Amino acid sequence: MNKLHLELSSVSMSFPTPKGDFLALDKVNLKMEKGEFVSLIGHSGCGKSTVLNIVAGLLKATQGGCLLDGREVNEPGPERAVVFQNHSLLPWMSAYQNVELAVKQVFGKTMNKKERRDWIIHNLELVHMGHALEKRPDELSGGMRQRVGIARALSMQPKVLLMDEPFGALDALTRAHLQDSLMAIQRDLNSTVIMITHDVDEAVLLSDRIVMMTNGPEATIGEILRVDLPRPRDRVALAEDGDYNHLRQEVLRFLYEKQQKVQPLQRSAPSAESRPKATAASGG
Amino acid sequence: MNQAPVISTMSAFLRQRSPSLSLSGLLRTLGMPIIGIAVFLLLWQLASQSVNTAIGSLPGPADVWHQSGNLWADYREEQQRAREFIAMQQERNAQILERNPQAETQIRPYSGQPTFFHQILTSLATVMAGFGLATLVAVPLGILVGMNRHLYAAVNPIIQVFKPVSPLAWLPIVTLVVSATYVTDDPLFSRSFVTSVITVSLCSLWPTLINTMMGVNSVSQDLRNVSQVLRLPFLTHVRQVVLPSAIPMIFTGMRLSLGIAWMVLIAAEMLAQNPGLGKFIWDEFQNGSSSSLSRIMVAVIAIGVIGLLLDRGMLLLQRALSWDKSSATQ
Repeated sequence: MNKLHLELSSVSMSFPTPKGDFLALDKVNLKMEKGEFVSLIGHSGCGKSTVLNIVAGLLKATQGGCLLDGREVNEPGPERAVVFQNHSLLPWMSAYQNVELAVKQVFGKTMNKKERRDWIIHNLELVHMGHALEKRPDELSGGMRQRVGIARALSMQPKVLLMDEPFGALDALTRAHLQDSLMAIQRDLNSTVIMITHDVDEAVLLSDRIVMMTNGPEATIGEILRVDLPRPRDRVALAEDGDYNHLRQEVLRFLYEKQQKVQPLQRSAPSAESRPKATAASGG
Repeated sequence: MNQAPVISTMSAFLRQRSPSLSLSGLLRTLGMPIIGIAVFLLLWQLASQSVNTAIGSLPGPADVWHQSGNLWADYREEQQRAREFIAMQQERNAQILERNPQAETQIRPYSGQPTFFHQILTSLATVMAGFGLATLVAVPLGILVGMNRHLYAAVNPIIQVFKPVSPLAWLPIVTLVVSATYVTDDPLFSRSFVTSVITVSLCSLWPTLINTMMGVNSVSQDLRNVSQVLRLPFLTHVRQVVLPSAIPMIFTGMRLSLGIAWMVLIAAEMLAQNPGLGKFIWDEFQNGSSSSLSRIMVAVIAIGVIGLLLDRGMLLLQRALSWDKSSATQ
């Protein structure tokens, strides 16, 4: 449990622009143990997604790098499965086929047809989607699609599960439901998870550590908050828990006092992420 | 596919269509087109009476209707002659065999004047071959080019230059190249057929190529990321991710291509005297009899109707092949 599993060492990322290089990330250092659940939280445009994409291998850091079990990450691969924000299911495939595509790719050589089928159904049942195997994404609700996306990622048996605001587009009730599911799954599988979120309650409820990022440009890790709340965690009981509320307050203080985002009111700030930001009012 | 989704899709399709089954809906869907056609025929009749050409006045709808009957009669007559010709040969062969059972007999095919309907069949076969060839070239090429940014930049200027070239410009080159290279003792296809097919392909492959490139190019970054994370092999990536994404665009391109192929073919046949509807029109024009203009009008209408049917056929094909049924409308 205490073995070093994933390491980001002075990861910097700059993007070329007509006005010279834009330094988006500046020397991000992070060490994670196996089975740890880490949330990345910060204002829009602070480079959370960039960090995640570097771990996924979809982006290449301009400086520094990422090591997984001592090996450098330099391309995407199924051992670092990604749950994308907008589910990213192939719309022409059923839930079963979407998971099958992943399972065939990862276990095509080691499992026979029957084992693969059982494994696909097992993963879909894990996210409570066993009843909708033949449904296509357009026949599923947003929450169900996200479940299938999670099943697809879990079916790859990844070393690290990367989640890019997995519940950001869902309504509060569905989100709470999926958070509980994710907690149960993570407890059973002991998976290592990095999750990006905008939601303070989500971060405190799910994480072992919360990585709070400073505002960009030159974003980096501001503070890391350890969440020592005992598991299993119950959202209703925690709502009145002193430690829980204290931790929430810590995160809120970081986001709204130390890293207050000054947004000019006259011009509409061009924001890459136009979703409404989750605030302290949501969830819980 | 599973049975249940098929049924649900079909019932959705029927429900969507059901308003037109009501009386007012029926009037809307059938009534207005009928009125439109009636007004068109009336205007045509009025216009035809007031225009005089070297070979008589412009034919009105009635003349054209009459001529289409004549063309049909010609066809039946020609068929009758063909049957008689074959029957005659069979009879003679039977007589020969009666006298000498070892004799080798043969039946010569009837080679009469191709009628209007023969020309239609020739044109259809040619357009299908040309369009098929264009599709076989354009879709794979479009996928390759669309997936590679550098290749795209390299190929794009060439496409932009050749896209607007008229069939009439290609025709002399194609004719000469075909006569120089297509030399066999036992040709499977006639040289004129090959010339027409290649000309049609050259002119019609561009919309399919361009639309396939665009379709492939616009595969969403999310899906490409999924493919990357899964490390899908190239062919699986093309088959499972790229092709389904691009299929609506590919079909849009193919429909445009088929429309162009049909228009180009008629022009090529006229100019090169290759058999087909174009040649029929040209022959009638040269013929210059009193019925020529009416016969040409019949051909014009036939060309239009066939073009429409080809387009509808493509739409049906798209509905059958596309996962997203809503993309196959109009």
